[in-house]
Amino acid sequence: MSTRLATGGRLIDRTKPLNFTFNGKRLRGFAGDTLASALLGANQMLLGRSFKYHRPRGLVGSGVEEPNALVGLGRSGRFEPDQRTTTTELFDGAETVSQNHWPTLDLDIGVVNNWAYRFLPAGFYYKTFMFPRFAWKHLFEPIVRRSAGLGRAPSLRDEDRYEQAYGFCDVLVAGGGVAGLAAALAAARKGARVIVLEQTAHWGGRAPVDGGTIDGQSPDDWIRNTLQTIEKMENVTLRRRCMAAGLYDHGYVLGYEQIADTTPGDGRPRHRLWRIRAARVVTATGALERPLAFAGNDVPGVMLASGLRDYLVNWAVSPGDRTVIVTNNDDAYRTALALHEAGLVVPAILDARASVTGALPDAARALGIRVLEGRGIAKVHGGKRVTGVSVCAQAGEGSVLEDIACDAVAMSGGWSPIVHLWSHCGGKLLWDAPRAMFRPDAARPPTGADGQPMAVAVGAANGVFALSAILAEAKDTAPAPAIPAPDDEAPMAPVWVMPQGAPDALRYKMWLDFQNDVKVSDVQLAAREGYASVEHTKRYTTLGMATDQGKLSNINGLAILSDALGQPIPATGTTTFRPPYTPISFGAIAGEARGEIFQPLRRTPMHEWHATHGAHWEPVGLWRRPYTYLRHGEGLHDSVRREVRNTRAAVGLLDASTLGKIVVKGPDAGKFLDMLYTNMMSTLPVGKCRYGLMCSENGFLSDDGVVVRLSEDSWLCHTTSGGADRIHGWMEDWLQCEWWDWKVHTVNLTEQFAQVAVVGPNARKLLEKLGGMDVSAAALPFMTFTEGVLAGIRARVFRISFSGELSYEIAVPASEGMAFWTACLQAGEDLGLMPYGTEALHIMRAEKGFIMIGDETDGTVIPQDLGLGWAISKKKADYLGKRAQERAHMANPDRWQLVGLETLDGSVLPDGVLALAAGVNGNGQKNTQGRVTSTYFSPTLNKGIAMGLVRHGPQRMGEVLDFPTEGGKVVQARICDPVFYDKDGEKQNV
Amino acid sequence: MLTLTCPCCGVAAEETELAPGGEAHLKRFGPGASDEDFETYMFARKNPKGVHFERWRHAYGCGKWFLAARCTATLEVFGTYPAQTTEPPADLIARIKTRRPDWEGCK
Ligand SMILES: [Zn+2]
Repeated sequence: MSTRLATGGRLIDRTKPLNFTFNGKRLRGFAGDTLASALLGANQMLLGRSFKYHRPRGLVGSGVEEPNALVGLGRSGRFEPDQRTTTTELFDGAETVSQNHWPTLDLDIGVVNNWAYRFLPAGFYYKTFMFPRFAWKHLFEPIVRRSAGLGRAPSLRDEDRYEQAYGFCDVLVAGGGVAGLAAALAAARKGARVIVLEQTAHWGGRAPVDGGTIDGQSPDDWIRNTLQTIEKMENVTLRRRCMAAGLYDHGYVLGYEQIADTTPGDGRPRHRLWRIRAARVVTATGALERPLAFAGNDVPGVMLASGLRDYLVNWAVSPGDRTVIVTNNDDAYRTALALHEAGLVVPAILDARASVTGALPDAARALGIRVLEGRGIAKVHGGKRVTGVSVCAQAGEGSVLEDIACDAVAMSGGWSPIVHLWSHCGGKLLWDAPRAMFRPDAARPPTGADGQPMAVAVGAANGVFALSAILAEAKDTAPAPAIPAPDDEAPMAPVWVMPQGAPDALRYKMWLDFQNDVKVSDVQLAAREGYASVEHTKRYTTLGMATDQGKLSNINGLAILSDALGQPIPATGTTTFRPPYTPISFGAIAGEARGEIFQPLRRTPMHEWHATHGAHWEPVGLWRRPYTYLRHGEGLHDSVRREVRNTRAAVGLLDASTLGKIVVKGPDAGKFLDMLYTNMMSTLPVGKCRYGLMCSENGFLSDDGVVVRLSEDSWLCHTTSGGADRIHGWMEDWLQCEWWDWKVHTVNLTEQFAQVAVVGPNARKLLEKLGGMDVSAAALPFMTFTEGVLAGIRARVFRISFSGELSYEIAVPASEGMAFWTACLQAGEDLGLMPYGTEALHIMRAEKGFIMIGDETDGTVIPQDLGLGWAISKKKADYLGKRAQERAHMANPDRWQLVGLETLDGSVLPDGVLALAAGVNGNGQKNTQGRVTSTYFSPTLNKGIAMGLVRHGPQRMGEVLDFPTEGGKVVQARICDPVFYDKDGEKQNV
Repeated sequence: MLTLTCPCCGVAAEETELAPGGEAHLKRFGPGASDEDFETYMFARKNPKGVHFERWRHAYGCGKWFLAARCTATLEVFGTYPAQTTEPPADLIARIKTRRPDWEGCK
């Protein structure tokens, strides 16, 4: 059994016990524990089940590489699945649950998959998708759905908050081990602004566990002294629990800081996402130990030698009384020595190398530990826990030479530099054959904005393991020319399969990817089935696609693939390293952009009034506009109809403040507007209004609105509510980049003015009651404008109409908007005044056949399609879109053109529905001859009305078209004039 | 994520402050132009792997458009310059030629 030792543990504080639960069982650990060390210390070896076969799984590693020991952590609004116990610090009251089992961790029905492993090979899913078809739907899918999925998705809103922050530095050091601290100190001494990010809670990396001397000091002393020096330097920022998650273009580094994970609910943000710009990045991210591929290497109790050593030295946790070491390198001997020092038994060290020399093996031998040369593991015994190993010759086929009883196995297949950050932004790798590792190629680094290298790899991340070499490297921050072996270590020997001649029966039990259940046999099968690319093999077998992203499995997997393909490892290459290095929380990515501040909200000066008077909101870009004002007990439809009828019969009030208002001024303003609009704006007399259209250079209608000539050299351009910023940008684009010598100035005044539309037969009476200005038909005819004072407020009054009614739009300074709105409400009390919303606005414009950008237009419609040829100047030599509109297909008479549509039965046509034509097209689909662009129930006419684009439409008045609707029904509608109401404009012309 | 220095206000701006505007130095063809010229102006883009001249707007900054010369493969930025010009400045061309001796030049 695994247990807590009576003494030792450099990271734990035995005076501070912490309580936590695992699957409801109450357990105890210490301050300084990770969840993993606390669980292991409490003899909880079985921690989960694998993804595909639901095999029992325990801890393999002690850090970010851990593939198995994931748990659900927390409760209700703080529950989160797939939390890696090895990187989660223990805190008092932590609640954890195991994952991926049904019904319980100890008794799992899904383990049937395990017996059926021969029937679930690589590509199982792809194969069952293909054949037989019935089997997927009725047989496999229900089983797969029941057993698939890692953890349980939270169902409640996240109770925590998150934030983002920005950082800037000359040198960012990723990793706070010996290499990182030494590099940080060297850079800081040269005066650089330095940020050091360390993903764990502790500085110093592996050195304190692995031992050795640094500058004549013990690792712990050196780290303490170095930190003291660095902390006194004002130009260095040290940040623990903050992972460099990714390196992006131009030295952009994403840092993921975990702040309040162990103190849930303390008010601080749980995580902070750092967006850092670094001139140079030092990757000091260390290395990861590789597993060995032998039969039964996934049985709980088989661990990485370095991980097992960490549990022992850092947390005083013994994984078992008897630990067999299996290795192909000297480093694993450190684990044997540590176990021996802790008073635990190492029955044997199985070293795959034929001849073992060197200081570390000699030290082990001197302690009386059996070192078996040229040996490996034929098979691990045990189910939920290791009970022993069978020993074989590494060079053979697995004949058992000896059985050794043990309750843990420490394996080491060598080390792989962590090259993720280096690779994220284009850094290339080279294959170091003698040491069987990919390491950064200093000649092909990622480059930055200046084209110079933006990253340098140091320490184990650069394949430099010897402490003396790491220090030398840090001093000139250039990689060491000849990379020495770790101090006093003999060369390793690559081992990809143990034993090398293992038959299929053993290969079926050799795991590469523990989380996704990918075995040596799966990769070999993929190669036999023709998968030559490592990227394809990854997806076919799911190797490296689990939450650990292949940190343990990738190199072993591609070595197996290379062997199966009969090519050297560098010819196979690696899969792409993509950020983030380990999963980061969605909360951190979202930061504070959630709920009400997910995006900025634009409010008109009258917003609060609308909110307290029944507004049903409609989002228009970032604006919120009242769709209608609901009265007590009223439905949406009733409310809209009331507003339309009242406006047509008495008077309505519309908050039109969102309308775009751009002032264009200057000696060349008229010339400029003539280029921008399809019609002539330079000839517009001062005080007059003109409806205008804007097209893209490709000829398509892009925006419309009323243009007002304010004075000799200035025009006010109204745009659609959603279009103001876009059109202002469009104007600036042409003025800055094409006609930069034209003397024109533009200002977007949309938010500087509140605008109110007073609409209906009583509109003039209302304005007269406000007082201060002559608004008579004689003084202010249709399509004119005047400036003055209304209700004591400075106002611009435009006599324009989007409803067909007598209508004024009044612009007042935004600060006076609410006062003016209130004045209108008071003046309108005995005139039958009601406010109306956007839906009534839309219905009234459709009744009059006015187009709406975004309804009648979709980016493929030209003004000529909409019967707006009258708004296109024939006199002008040029305007934006004119050349495009001269193309042959723009003048094609077969283009669909705007008409009105009235259903024969008075019903409302569905929006967007297509009109059928005879015959079928090349795909066997029915031909079409038009579509509905706007459709409403007209309260004024008491029937459905619609506008649409129809082939040859204007020449086909009175024809009836078929519109198929849902459920196979066909609605018939007759082509008619799009102006349904008051064709002669008598209502507005008063 | 790129950083580009806005030549109008001098700010080294993050990509999130900028709005892209496609290829720079297009010659506009209006009414009277041939179909071929108009098509080239409207649709034909160089889209090179390598040196590219492009338009950016400092949208969440000073609001001004500017032009940038950038390598689309390595994202190296050779320089930025004001939009009020029909061709890249000579010193920028010279700098690009030292950085990319194989570059065929503006075509
Ligand atoms: Zn700027």
